[in-house]
Amino acid sequence: METNLLFEFTVNKAEKTVYITREFAAELPLVWDAFTKKELLDQWVAPKPWSARTKYMDFEVGGRRFYAMVSPEGMERWSIQEFTSITPKTNFKMYNTFADAEGNPEMPGSAWDYNFSEQNGLTKVSITIFNESLARLEKMIEMGFEPGFKMSIDNLEQLLASLTKKSDLRF
Amino acid sequence: MRRDIFQAIADPTRRAIIGLIALQAMTPNTIAENFNSTRQAVSKHLRILTECELIKQEHQGREIYYSLELDKMKEIDDWLAQFRAIWETKFDQLDELLLKMKSQTKK
Repeated sequence: METNLLFEFTVNKAEKTVYITREFAAELPLVWDAFTKKELLDQWVAPKPWSARTKYMDFEVGGRRFYAMVSPEGMERWSIQEFTSITPKTNFKMYNTFADAEGNPEMPGSAWDYNFSEQNGLTKVSITIFNESLARLEKMIEMGFEPGFKMSIDNLEQLLASLTKKSDLRF
Repeated sequence: MRRDIFQAIADPTRRAIIGLIALQAMTPNTIAENFNSTRQAVSKHLRILTECELIKQEHQGREIYYSLELDKMKEIDDWLAQFRAIWETKFDQLDELLLKMKSQTKK
């Protein structure tokens, strides 16, 4: 889909933090639901051809979401999210850890902070992801990036590829 | 300095500037003509890109030309592009879901 919606993505390796901001062409309550209801989350959080399956989700402070990313071959990668703070339609925070199929967490995890705001019918979502170790940040990427997913081509990769070609011509 | 290369490419205008001057070195005025934003806004982006050492200034007579630091560009690791791609895909999927949700609430 072609859109002009804001999308910012910053990695600060020194702070071990990823900053993501995205606008959505929908009212805040809809966007909030899409981030906080399991039946909606399962429809979008897995980058195709992966799918998401939430076993259970208690969206309340101290509650958990236990879910798997499922590969096209049926391989499951489990994670646990524990909600640490919720301000309805404004902010929620959670601590995310990888887990085995029985729900035993693999520490350390990452701390996620979601902020929601609406202006002129657009809803802005800002996400901050703090990882205790850079190695884990890289693992997080590996976990979400299997060979089957490489078909998703990133604009930036294309830009870099074209820049490299152009520089070969120039110099 | 807090800035690094990842901040440089986090902004769509800055990515567009990088794409532009990859073709040829340009003066700040020529760069600004390609955007709807104010010259001031473009100058700010150029300053950030310079601080990230992604672009460099060269003086030719009275004019300043900006060009790319190509070695620095290659420092952008593959994993970052991959991580970004994951989020782009997820959010595109969410855009579609929101469209569907909107049409359902209208019924």
